Amino acid sequence: MSLLPYFIAAWLLLIGLYGIVTSKNLIHLIVCLAVVQSSTYVLLLSAGYRTGASAPIFAERPPGTPAVDPIVQALVLTDIVVGATVTALLLALAVQVFKRRGTLDPARLRPLRD
Amino acid sequence: MAGLLLWAITGLPGFGKYPGQYGDLINSVAVFERHVTNVVTAVNFDYRALDTLGEEYILFAAAIGVMLLLREQRGEPHYRLPEHPHIPIRRSEAGRWIGLGFIGVIIVFGIYIVIHAQLTPGGGFQGGAILGTASVLVYLTTEERIYRRVTPKWLVEVAECAGAGGYALIGIAALLAGGAFLQNVLPLGKTGDLASSGTIWLINFSVGLEVSAAFSMLYLEFVQEVPERTTKFE
Repeated sequence: MSLLPYFIAAWLLLIGLYGIVTSKNLIHLIVCLAVVQSSTYVLLLSAGYRTGASAPIFAERPPGTPAVDPIVQALVLTDIVVGATVTALLLALAVQVFKRRGTLDPARLRPLRD
Repeated sequence: MAGLLLWAITGLPGFGKYPGQYGDLINSVAVFERHVTNVVTAVNFDYRALDTLGEEYILFAAAIGVMLLLREQRGEPHYRLPEHPHIPIRRSEAGRWIGLGFIGVIIVFGIYIVIHAQLTPGGGFQGGAILGTASVLVYLTTEERIYRRVTPKWLVEVAECAGAGGYALIGIAALLAGGAFLQNVLPLGKTGDLASSGTIWLINFSVGLEVSAAFSMLYLEFVQEVPERTTKFE
């Protein structure tokens, strides 16, 4: 039971990769990549968790009371921002692919000839 | 690969048994050293502020990249969707009015999240993302013409550059004041006050500006790809 969150992270990673490999649509592929990224959030947050501890906000509690690791939380914040920008950039690429080739199926995209 | 993951997981410390020392150390010193109550913000915008500067520029570069990819290319005929039989889209007037009413609430909430970065959960990135959604809500609830008028491209560009440049300028100002790049040189104020924690507070303003402008920019660029709507509200 105590390893369940790590298994969830691994499962998210694997199911996302499976989606990417078998994808028939570039938009679907980008969403699968977002699923893979979200596995890192689960992994980082569960690595910093401590039973019975609360959030690292010391507005009402005195410093020194048990709190979860703030460093991994800061890293997850970075992770989410990077994930969002990568998704936006890839979606823009998908728009361009559809404009130029008229399809979003990766299997039907042939190498550039011109 | 599943086997490798399984092997890695069994080597991890159990869930809830956090063994690290750095997290505990920073939790016990940050409140006294930086006069913040939100330690995550102190980590992001002070202890590793240089990394966050890089992160902000990732966002900046991605917004520029989307702009470049979706720009109208010279000589390129304007893209038209394949002809579809015209199906009028009906939208609910009630949903539209509720959305309009929420625009102000979302703007106030976003600003609140940005300026309370060092006190409560939230900060420049989160507040900026909320502020960015206000612009797309304008698009969804009104007409495209009005949307373009309330978020003109020049304003979004200026805000984005000001936000990105402001962060670096705060770092350079710390250099001029005799500290290291992005060192917290301002008076820290009283813990729990709105204007406390020195440069952390100012950096959050510039990040909030940058993120909200970058999100508005992304929405503007993607909306440009959508053919002009002919929907009538009923």
